[in-house]
Amino acid sequence: MGALSLSQVTKAFGKTEVIKGVDLTVNDGEFCVFVGPSGCGKSTLLRMIAGLEDVSGGDVMLDGVRINDLAPAKRELAMVFQTYALYPHLTVRENMGLALKQAGEPKAKIDASIARAAGMLALDPYLDRRPAELSGGQRQRVAIGRAIVRTPKLFLFDEPLSNLDAALRVATRIEIARLHRELGATMIYVTHDQVEAMTLADKIVVLRAGRVEQVGAPMELYNNPANTFVAGFIGSPQMNFLKSAAVGQQGETTGIRPEHLTIARDAGQIAGQVSHVEKLGGETLVYVRAEPHGLLTVRLFGEHDFAVDEAVWLTPDATRAFHFDANGARLR
Amino acid sequence: MSQSRSHTGRTIAAHAVLLTYTLIALFPVFVIVINSFKSRKAIFADPLALPMPENFDAVGYTTVLQQGHVVQYFANSLIVTVASLFFVLLFGAMAAFALSEYRFKGNMLMGLYLALGIMIPIRLGTVAILQMMVAAGLVNTRTALILVYTAQGLPLAVFILSEFMKTISDDLKNAGRIDGLSEYRIFFTLVLPLIRPAMATVAVFTMIPIWNDLWFPLILAPSEATKTITLGSQVFIGQFVTNWNAVLAALSLAIIPVLALYLIFSRQLISGITAGAVK
Ligand SMILES: Nc1ncnc2c1ncn2[C@@H]1O[C@H](COP(=O)(O)OP(=O)(O)O)[C@@H](O)[C@H]1O
Ligand SMILES: [Mg+2]
Repeated sequence: MGALSLSQVTKAFGKTEVIKGVDLTVNDGEFCVFVGPSGCGKSTLLRMIAGLEDVSGGDVMLDGVRINDLAPAKRELAMVFQTYALYPHLTVRENMGLALKQAGEPKAKIDASIARAAGMLALDPYLDRRPAELSGGQRQRVAIGRAIVRTPKLFLFDEPLSNLDAALRVATRIEIARLHRELGATMIYVTHDQVEAMTLADKIVVLRAGRVEQVGAPMELYNNPANTFVAGFIGSPQMNFLKSAAVGQQGETTGIRPEHLTIARDAGQIAGQVSHVEKLGGETLVYVRAEPHGLLTVRLFGEHDFAVDEAVWLTPDATRAFHFDANGARLR
Repeated sequence: MSQSRSHTGRTIAAHAVLLTYTLIALFPVFVIVINSFKSRKAIFADPLALPMPENFDAVGYTTVLQQGHVVQYFANSLIVTVASLFFVLLFGAMAAFALSEYRFKGNMLMGLYLALGIMIPIRLGTVAILQMMVAAGLVNTRTALILVYTAQGLPLAVFILSEFMKTISDDLKNAGRIDGLSEYRIFFTLVLPLIRPAMATVAVFTMIPIWNDLWFPLILAPSEATKTITLGSQVFIGQFVTNWNAVLAALSLAIIPVLALYLIFSRQLISGITAGAVK
């Protein structure tokens, strides 16, 4: 069990309101990702769910029980931090067992839980080491193991991969996805990286400045963004925004993803000049300066040769275009 | 290449300055120690001569050690210094933790108020302190000295330690809260070990003035049973005759315990820095 619901949750530090009324439900067993730019309040919202920050207004409910005033340790949740936050004076085994020991569980049960978690994360060889003797990736696995040992109702992750290098980040991401399948537990995961959000989430919550912009499955957000903010945030490289008037489309702004623009040397709808080319092997990104729109990105499959300053023509796939009004809201 | 040479040049200059300073600072101590092993005549004939077989005389040490109470004086100094240090570090760290960890009304003002004592010498309040100690019946007790020295050491301790407290990761404390540790456990088992280097610094800064103090022992605890070694050494300094051998021997002996404490704390300092926190 682990169904979370927030209703009209707010948080103010002194006079500055940081979370401005969030409504949200996370179903049992769901992988929910909070995504948004730095400083939008993701960590604050997560810490409120954990009980590490007081809730200024609204209700936080776990399995139908209001937990606003419950101490963090009583909420049956576990948290994994960006900086790992392992106890430096304890061994890996003691780090993982501390919460159960505090809860007064019998030693046999603690040992069994540690063995199970260590098995899932291949941590057996390190159980008697101290955190200082582990690499960054190992430390983060221990932190994840510490969370698993408690068999919590709810897992909370606050940017757990940000301090790892790129290769380790992908490996740990896959590991977290596997753990979610194996444990079937409810997980809430905070990140500013939309790739992590897209690849892990059942449900993405896009936050901006303390408000929820849109909630949905990754492909729902990709195919059906509610406004220019979500459209620009989800998908990589970023969506292109064209001036509708200049391309004969409705609304103020027309959004078109880089993969839905075609490029040609002889003819097309938008004239432009190549300003930069990035060849990634499997795909080629061509950056084209086209007035009055600005810099547009075209994503091509395979290898392509374009010279910088070459004149080219772009054509958007009108069936895949999104239309937004002057306030950025989607026109349907 | 020229850069590396100027680098060496700067290193030499820095070491020259440091060495000069060390020599100047150690010179009086050196003079005290060498003269404590010489006969009275040799001390005045050539104060800078090293103790040699022909001028050697341990009469100072025998006088001091025969003077019965010296061991008691040492014990008093040690008890007062160690107990004051313990309370300064404990209460200083607790106050610093509360100030940097919890948001409450008047947090900033409270911090300023606690740090104010750095700028106001506690001796200005001597008369009031003496009246209070008389009223409380604490005159001529070591408790009186410990209370005063704790008050004297706290402002700097709170100030330095709260700066360090702010550098400790919130995540670590939050992990402890989620795992069900009490705030006391978080403070004692997670936070204190990480600020050990700062505690050692505070300990050294706090310890020296307490050990060397003559003022409060003279005013609050001059009885034979509660005299500290600094005050006790004064018996050899008379208005008309001063037993220089004994004074120098007593001062030399007084250096030893404080040196030992310093070595303990500086080891803590170094091991604290090299062990490092786990990110
Ligand atoms: N303890 C605090 N006191 C005051 N403001 C805070 C505090 N914690 C966070 N904030 C502010 O709240 C906003 C959201 O912070 P945070 O939740 O950490 O953002 P995110 O995790 O999305 O990057 C930021 O503008 C930050 O300055
Ligand atoms: Mg954050």
